[in-house]
Amino acid sequence: MTATTELKNIISEENKVYGKTSVLLDNEMHYCPGCTHGVIHKAIAEVIEDMDIQEETIGVSPVGCSVLAYNYLDIDWQQAAHGRAPALATATTRLMPEKYVFTYQGDGDLASIGCAEIMHACNRGENIVVFFVNNGIYGMTGGQMAPTTLEGQVTATSPYGRDCQTTGFPMKISEMVSLLPGTRYVTRESAETAGAVRKLKKAVKKAFANTRENKGLSFIEIVGTCSSGWKQTPVQSNEWMKEHMFPYYPLGTLKDE
Amino acid sequence: MGDIRLMKGNEVIAEAAIRCGCDGYFGYPITPQSEIMETLMIRRPEQETGMVVVQAESEVAAINMVYGGASCGKKVMTSSSSPGISLKAEGITYLAGAELPALLVNIVRGGPGLGTIQPAQSDYFQAVKGGGHGDYKLIVLAPASVQEMNDFVDLSFELSFKYLNPAMILSDGVIGQMMEKVELSDFKPRWTAEEIEKISGSWATTGKKKGIKRRISTSLDLDSAKQEVFNHKLQAKYRAMEENEVRFEKIDCDDADYLFVAYGSSARICQKAIEIARAKGIKVGLLRPITLFPYPTKQIQEMLGQVKGILSVEMSAGQMVEDVRLAVEGKVPVEHFGRYGGIIPTPDEVVEALEQNFLGE
Ligand SMILES: Cc1ncc(C[n+]2csc(CCOP(=O)(O)OP(=O)(O)O)c2C)c(N)n1
Repeated sequence: MTATTELKNIISEENKVYGKTSVLLDNEMHYCPGCTHGVIHKAIAEVIEDMDIQEETIGVSPVGCSVLAYNYLDIDWQQAAHGRAPALATATTRLMPEKYVFTYQGDGDLASIGCAEIMHACNRGENIVVFFVNNGIYGMTGGQMAPTTLEGQVTATSPYGRDCQTTGFPMKISEMVSLLPGTRYVTRESAETAGAVRKLKKAVKKAFANTRENKGLSFIEIVGTCSSGWKQTPVQSNEWMKEHMFPYYPLGTLKDE
Repeated sequence: MGDIRLMKGNEVIAEAAIRCGCDGYFGYPITPQSEIMETLMIRRPEQETGMVVVQAESEVAAINMVYGGASCGKKVMTSSSSPGISLKAEGITYLAGAELPALLVNIVRGGPGLGTIQPAQSDYFQAVKGGGHGDYKLIVLAPASVQEMNDFVDLSFELSFKYLNPAMILSDGVIGQMMEKVELSDFKPRWTAEEIEKISGSWATTGKKKGIKRRISTSLDLDSAKQEVFNHKLQAKYRAMEENEVRFEKIDCDDADYLFVAYGSSARICQKAIEIARAKGIKVGLLRPITLFPYPTKQIQEMLGQVKGILSVEMSAGQMVEDVRLAVEGKVPVEHFGRYGGIIPTPDEVVEALEQNFLGE
């Protein structure tokens, strides 16, 4: 056998172990190298394909680095004002209860300006899925302090390290929303290894299944990195995340009812 | 037709919404308009027509619910009063930027700040000049009776879907709270999913069907060149509204030497003032703008060869008078008379202001 025919035999349908989901568009992503948004997008897109709900899914994109999430997932999208995605999602699910509606929000978006909207959507138990990407920083605007920034963490607006006495304490949003009777499923995941992504996908699948069964609000926090904002290499970022973020934001399911 | 009732202006807004096939109302209580949501909650339209009614956690959330619902091609609305509309400014500019239809109702009260709960017209600038950020306009309708509160609900939806632009009913605490005879509209069914697909299929985010282009409801374009092209398109739309949608009423104008320009409650006061003035031998008429945007600029200009002076009567410190002056371009004197902070002018005061300004008394 020649090398070419050998290759042809390998590239055949029965040997296929992986393919890019068609729910993910071919557009080149604008995210920085090492950013977690892209991996999370892919996980969500793959679950949408697996569950065959592409035609029924409506995403609400935030303000922040992932404001352009609609450029990457081939579904209908609404682009919300900073923090307001849960309000758009509320109306969308109320007016079209048979659809799968999700918001995709950063920590500045969800925990700061949109703190009221997320608490109340959770408290009302809207039948939606919330993806909360916690990278502990405002990525898009150049690395300012977020509500989730860790104590002592250096950011553009906490240049001497976050001083909790004057800036408050890093907010544990998942813990807060898990206390609300309206939330059905609350979990904290990550996406830095293949194993973590597999777990994340399982959580995403469960969340959309909750929507299908009209069970109410599923909240998935994903602890992620922001190499640009953290001023670290992607590898350093992952290490720093494991060392500093995971102890304060422990991974795992907080609520599953 | 023929369903005649004695109702409050605010209650009529709610009833008209149910009857015109509105899909969703999202609001937050504030005086003097809380009866709108209260009436909806009593009426339970969810059971009758399927219309969804949600008490949001804030005006900010309410208007963003409207944004989400409008994105789905649904007939959605909110209502509030002045401080609440300021909070809604964020969502309103997003609606305008995403070119979405929606009905906004402002039952104005006196300000600034928390102000008073008494009626005023001091949100004119906010309503017709933008109010939020960016170059945008709302379609603004100003009812002067409870009947028009009924009629303008359906009309607002019609215009806002025609132009894919939010429309506002700018009313005030007088008309919201007063009771009058009203002939209610007949019931229209809510649009079905198929009808929405037909009417709004190119933009409504109802789920991407195989073989058709996905839809994105957004006001974002980071490319300035494209943003400018988009802004050109918006401005062309506003010019088309100015061409086609101006609505106004003229009362006693044929022989008028002087002209009142007034809208809403102030226009009603002017009608009484006309009677008083005419009894004194002063020939005065009224031009009542019904659409505040687009403004009846041409109709005011048409009066210029005839009248010697124009008095803009408003429950504000002088807001609409600027649009009257722009129309008049200095060709005749234009003065303003207003009471504000929640005080309603009397017809006698209006006549006195006319005399003082134009008759040297
Ligand atoms: C009303 C409003 N305020 C402020 C901003 C500016 N802004 C854009 S993105 C952002 C922070 C987003 O941070 P986060 O939600 O953590 O997302 P990330 O960029 O880190 O993914 C801010 C403050 C805005 N667009 N709108």
